[in-house]
Amino acid sequence: MSALTEAPPAADLPVRKASVRKRLVPYWLLVPGLLWLIVFFALPLVYQASTSVQTGTLEKGFQVTWHFQTYWDAFKEYYPQFVRSLLYAGTATVLCLLLGYPLAYLIAFKAGRWRNVILVLVIAPFFTSFLIRTLAWKTILADGGPVVHALNSLHVLDVTSWLGFTEGDRVLATPMAVVCGLTYNFLPFMILPLYTSLERIDSRLHEAAGDLYATPATTFRKVTFPLSMPGVVSGTLLTFIPASGDYVNAELLGSTDQKMVGNVIQSQFLRVLDYPTAAALSFILMAIVLVMVTVYIRRAGTEDLV
Amino acid sequence: MRWLRRNVIVIAGLATLAYLILPNVVVMVFSFNKPNGRFNYSWQRFSTDAWKDPCGVADMCGSLSLSLQIAAWATVGATVLGTMIAFALVRYRFRARGAINSLIFLPMAMPEVVMAASLLTLFLNLGAQLGFWTILIAHIMFCLSFVVTAVKARVMSMDPRLEEAARDLYAGPVQTFVRVTLPIAAPGIVAGALLAFALSFDDFIITNFNAGSTVTFPMFVWGSAQRGTPVQINVIGTAMFVIAVVVVVAGQLAANRRANSAKA
Repeated sequence: MSALTEAPPAADLPVRKASVRKRLVPYWLLVPGLLWLIVFFALPLVYQASTSVQTGTLEKGFQVTWHFQTYWDAFKEYYPQFVRSLLYAGTATVLCLLLGYPLAYLIAFKAGRWRNVILVLVIAPFFTSFLIRTLAWKTILADGGPVVHALNSLHVLDVTSWLGFTEGDRVLATPMAVVCGLTYNFLPFMILPLYTSLERIDSRLHEAAGDLYATPATTFRKVTFPLSMPGVVSGTLLTFIPASGDYVNAELLGSTDQKMVGNVIQSQFLRVLDYPTAAALSFILMAIVLVMVTVYIRRAGTEDLV
Repeated sequence: MRWLRRNVIVIAGLATLAYLILPNVVVMVFSFNKPNGRFNYSWQRFSTDAWKDPCGVADMCGSLSLSLQIAAWATVGATVLGTMIAFALVRYRFRARGAINSLIFLPMAMPEVVMAASLLTLFLNLGAQLGFWTILIAHIMFCLSFVVTAVKARVMSMDPRLEEAARDLYAGPVQTFVRVTLPIAAPGIVAGALLAFALSFDDFIITNFNAGSTVTFPMFVWGSAQRGTPVQINVIGTAMFVIAVVVVVAGQLAANRRANSAKA
């Protein structure tokens, strides 16, 4: 009896071998991809950290001298660009939310059989290179063009130039043009997560709110909007993060007065070749964004973004 | 007035849609322009010259084919590596899960310029020759996380009983994977691959840092914003747009027809 229940010792070995092999499967699946991310994402950050505390010249080479002064100097010299980046990216994010929410709502609840058509139209701009589309804004906002003319005759430009968003009769080469470009470029990244979270809402909840004498406005405030929070959080992150580091819109639609921190990093790295300053700037930007994102996610209370 | 108040959301939504579509319309219209001088920013007169000679600009079509090649390889690389990671994350338990999740999440939560600059630092320190390979490496790196996210969502919503049923019916592990698991996960994998292709093809910032003197299509457009924008850029932009919309609509129609015939 006991001989039957006890596994023979000889058979034990292959079984354990197989289970070891089986236990290794997840690691075989993970290792190639993770190695790629470690070598080409994490390791570069270490190299950049080391570069940011080096001193030297391009001809003689750079040495690590723990020169943290670079950080302070870089921040002192370029803090207007930092402030501008956060301001422009923040404004663009708010505008994306205000513009994107009605469209996401329309697709989720009101579009009916037009839903797929509108969804395709939201994604369709992606199929044309974003640089070409950003250049198109140069045409749309051109001096003396129809848009500027209309804004001028409605006296909108008087108000916006009084506020400092535009200058005289121009929209191009002003903060408004850059923010307009940023808003446009990242709008689909706001609409799609909003739509996904709105579409999941059970329509019976709306009916229930109506049955309980809630006005449409109250229903929106107490039911729809809170339930769409995951979409709001991921949409604002997907808009704010890339916008804060962008330099394309400032370069193509702005002037030297609208340069953002991305422009500075780009020119320090690729034209001035002052690697320590560029590395320090890029680290400061990374730190600011990561801290803001962490605080924001904590406060909004959604951890399951991945 | 009441009609206006009731439809305010529809009107606002359609206005946003117009804002999104307007630049594409402008790109399309200006592909038929015949500009005076080097820049194609103001309307002069109708012409189909650029459409008759889309590759008439030096180096443009070369950069386009380079971008397509890089996007194709980056899609293959990122989709294979990302799908493997996604399966491992959903199906297995192991240590350091939190660290692995943040390693995958961080590239998506970082301004592109930071990744671009640090990757260039690595390549400069290693003395790597900037060009095709450094661009490809960078593209696989930033596409990877997006593929993982797309595939993971699909695999997570899979019913595990289907695979159990396959195994109960004497399918081996390989057969189960090929015949059951892979077909169910396919929409997620395809979505991830399409996303990777689009991200890679249209990437500018990371490529700008790590390309050296190699010119991809977005780099060509960027350069032309300084040197003069040929009308052919708009032709390529419009053609890509039309092709993609046709493919999407055809795919949708095919799916509808399949759904209808399945019903009948």
